[in-house]
Order: sequence, then C-alpha cells, then structure tokens
Amino acid sequence: MSWPALYAQLVGANRHSTSLGKIWLSVLFIFRVMVLMVAAETVWGDEQSDFVCNTLQPGCENVCYDQFFPVSHIRLWCLQLVFVAAPTLLVSMYVAYRNHGDKKKLLQISSRTGFLSSKSPEEELEALKRRRLPITGPLWWTYFISVVAKLLIEVGFMYALYVVYDGFQMPRLVQCDQWPCPNLVDCFISRPTEKTIFTVFMATASSICMVLNGAELAYLVTKAITRSLSRKDGRPTSREKTWRGTNERSPGSLRRCN
Amino acid sequence: TPLAPPAETDLESKMNWGTFYAVISGVNRHSTGIGRIWLSVIFIFRILVLVVAAESVWGDEKSAFICNTQQPGCNSVCYDQFFPISHIRLWALQVILVSTPALLVAMHVAHRRHIDKKILKRMGRGSPKELENVKNQKFQITGALWWTYMISIIFRLLFEVAFLYIFYLIYPGFKMVRLVKCDSYPCPNTVDCFVSRPTEKTIFTVFMLAASGVCVLLNLAEVAYLIGRACRRYFAGSENESNPAWISQRMSSYRQNEINQLIADHSLKSKFGVAKKAPTEREDRCSAF
Repeated sequence: MSWPALYAQLVGANRHSTSLGKIWLSVLFIFRVMVLMVAAETVWGDEQSDFVCNTLQPGCENVCYDQFFPVSHIRLWCLQLVFVAAPTLLVSMYVAYRNHGDKKKLLQISSRTGFLSSKSPEEELEALKRRRLPITGPLWWTYFISVVAKLLIEVGFMYALYVVYDGFQMPRLVQCDQWPCPNLVDCFISRPTEKTIFTVFMATASSICMVLNGAELAYLVTKAITRSLSRKDGRPTSREKTWRGTNERSPGSLRRCN
Repeated sequence: TPLAPPAETDLESKMNWGTFYAVISGVNRHSTGIGRIWLSVIFIFRILVLVVAAESVWGDEKSAFICNTQQPGCNSVCYDQFFPISHIRLWALQVILVSTPALLVAMHVAHRRHIDKKILKRMGRGSPKELENVKNQKFQITGALWWTYMISIIFRLLFEVAFLYIFYLIYPGFKMVRLVKCDSYPCPNTVDCFVSRPTEKTIFTVFMLAASGVCVLLNLAEVAYLIGRACRRYFAGSENESNPAWISQRMSSYRQNEINQLIADHSLKSKFGVAKKAPTEREDRCSAF
C-alpha cells in the first residue's frame, strides 16, 4: 500500500484546510498510518500460520480461523484509512475546478485590457495557483460535507470492528466445532495481548480523529454564523476582499488618484 | 515457515521511517543546538538501530519460542503470558510518541509566519520576494515560542520517562532470561519454555535503554539551557527598555523601514529637483489596504 503517495495527495489538499484539519492530517499519518505500518503489521503477520487448534484433523484450523476472523484487523484499518482520506480529495477537486474557472476569467480579462495590469499573465497565473482560498460559499459546503463524511466513515468502521470482533479484546482461546473438526476443539490465537494493546491504541487514535472532526464542524458553523452576522452590518466579506486582492485593478472600477 | 512478506514489510517500514524523518527534521531549523543533537541521537542511535539491527534479532521471537511439550496451543499461550508486548513495538511506539511534540514547535512557527505574511500584506509590501524572505526567516526563541518549545521538551521528557517505567513494569530488569516456566491452560503441569537469542536481546535492550537515558539527559540539559538563556535575556533586558511584544516589535521595525525609505526618497528628490512625484508613491497611496 503506497502510503507516501496518499500522503502527497493529502498534503496538497491541506493548504485549503482549517488549522484543525491540518492537525487531523498529522494525527492520521503519525499515529495511525505510521503505527499501522511500522508496528501493527508485524504483530498480525503470523495470525493465520500461528493459529493452532488442538487436533490433527486436516482443514479444521483453516475453517476455524475463517469462522473467527472473517476480515483481519489490519485490512479493516487499511480500508478505514483509505476511506477516511477520500473526502479530502473532494475538496481538492473542487479547488481545482475553481482555479480552472478563475484562470479562464483571468485570461479573458488580460486579453481584453491588454497592458493595464502591472504583472505579467504568467505571474498572475502563478499567484492564482499559489493563493489560499477562504472557506466561504460553495467551498464551505464542500468542506463541511467532506468533514461530515469523514466522521460518518470513522464511526461506521469503529462500529463494524466492534460488532465483528465482539469488543476490542482478543481472547487467547476460542472453541470451534465446525465441520470437519471432530467435536469441540480448542484453538489458540497468537499474541492476543499485543493485539489487544494495538486494537485499543488504534481505537483511541480513531476517537481522537473523531473529536477533531467534531471540533472542526463546530468551528466551521461558528465561522459561517459570524460571517453572516457581519455581512448584515455591511462589512465586505472575505471573498470580496480576496477578489479585490488578486485583481487590484478590476476593469469595472478604474480608480481615480490625484 | 519462511514467508515472502517479511522482506517487503522491512522495505516498507524503512520507507515509512524515512517519511517520518523528513517530517520531523523540518523542525530542526528552529531548535537549539542541543535540540539538534537530540534529534540526531534519536535518528541514528534509536531509529536506525531499531530498523537495521533490532528488528532482525526479534524477528523470530515467536517462531523460535519452544516449549517442552507437544500440547498444541501451549507455545502460543506461554509466549503471550511472558511477552504481552514485544520490545520492538514498545520502542517503535516510544520513538514515535517522543518525536511528536517537536511538531508543536513547527505548528507555532507556521502560525507566526502566517501572521508575518498578513502584517506584510497590510503594510502593502506583499511582493513575492518579501514573502519568500518570510518563509526562510529563522525565528528567535523568545516570548510565546519559548513557552511552546519548553512545553514540547517537557512532554518529550514525560513520554520518555513513562515508556521507561512501562518497560520496567512489563520486563523488570533488562536481562532476557533463557528459560521461563509456564503452567497456563492448556499446558499440562509446568513446562519449560526457551526464549530465542536471549544474550543478543539483552545486549540490544541495554543499548536502547542507554540511548533513552542519553536522550533524557539531553532534554534536561536543553531545559536548563533555555531557562538560563531566558534569565540572561531578562537581566540584560531590564537594563534597557522592557521588551515589547513580538508583533508590535515587527510593526515598528517595518514602519521604521518605511520612514527611512521615505526620507531617502525625499533626499534624492531634493538633490535632483524632480518636480513630479515618483509613480511608486502614487501607487502606494492608491492601492487597496
């Protein structure tokens, strides 16, 4: 799994996140992806080869392993991380779409006004690519939906893990009587304590991410409310300020200076 | 049974530590000298040794853990009883948690840079060159940054000590025994179980504990150094005016630069007798704030 490639993608989208979003990304990569790759995968590495049942009956171990481990923790966590990272790409796609639209507008304006702007068109395009969009309007909605999606996905996967494995603790011994096992056999799971420790660690990291997402939602909603209140007072919104900032001489208002 | 996956995961884990190194060493620019030494110790004597040597020593810890019985499941259960969490995983978690507070400093520096850029834009000097200068600026460890740095060092210390304590709780003593006696179900009676490579494991345990100790000492030295520097600055500063806050210092230095610039322009004009005003001045007055 090419986690560095995913990291590169998400870091690009990071520029348009709030500060809480940036913290969330760091927590995701350091405490979840890193720990998964560096530690957890070796703990679960021998989960099937070291799953031993007290019987000589061929096939019994396979069948019992399959019954108690329908999907491995590691795979569930990998899927969870991939799905949780996906809504951020929604935000990058929207930003790319906006930049594309703005670039077209800019090219139209510069072809019409010719020499009036002080910067060359390449510089303006570069500034457009490098600017940081304020989180207002449709971007706000896209961002809000992405955070809500992240939260729902986290909750969903946590619940799935809890239901499939009946809690976060890994037992040492399971008893199995599937065919072809003769009667009831004891089967022993390898490294149950270490697995429990890592399951609890990953569940904690997931909860921290959920709390960060919840805080980010509250922050976004508060910002939107304060912005709509200040707009009622007649102050310019930050979107209007941005447009003024990147296009100092908008064609409609050639300013008269002494 | 030898499996292909261990070789892949080895390469991948090296790649991941490499990414981690790239993230953490970015903080290096804003550290003190002792902080940089600490970072090198972490990477060379702990992470590198962990990845290159210790992981292969502990690689066969379970497959070569043998109990003197044919009872199936007894090996697994006895291994789990005596090794609740492997040394390797404990050390990996320790290194990750201990390195993370450094990111607090990086976040604070990023926040300050953001504010610096805003101030520059407000003063109407938002040219790309000036913004690049802001990005490459090195900040003095004063004021709020000093407190953030101090808090990050204290967290580092706390995590190190906490992990050393946990290590002591789980594995009292640093020596790895050759033989453990186990009688959990399903082992019949008491069985002898043999640990693989106990001496090599003892050597590496001692090495990693020593490296942890050195890191703790470096952190304590850094705390003392920061406090000493702050005291020195306070006593030297109390002889001069009291230090204004960082932001007002910045704005006053920019205003001073602007005033100097205006005086220089004015003196040039009076020398050459230019009647019309320079175009840049007109732009400054008309540009949006």
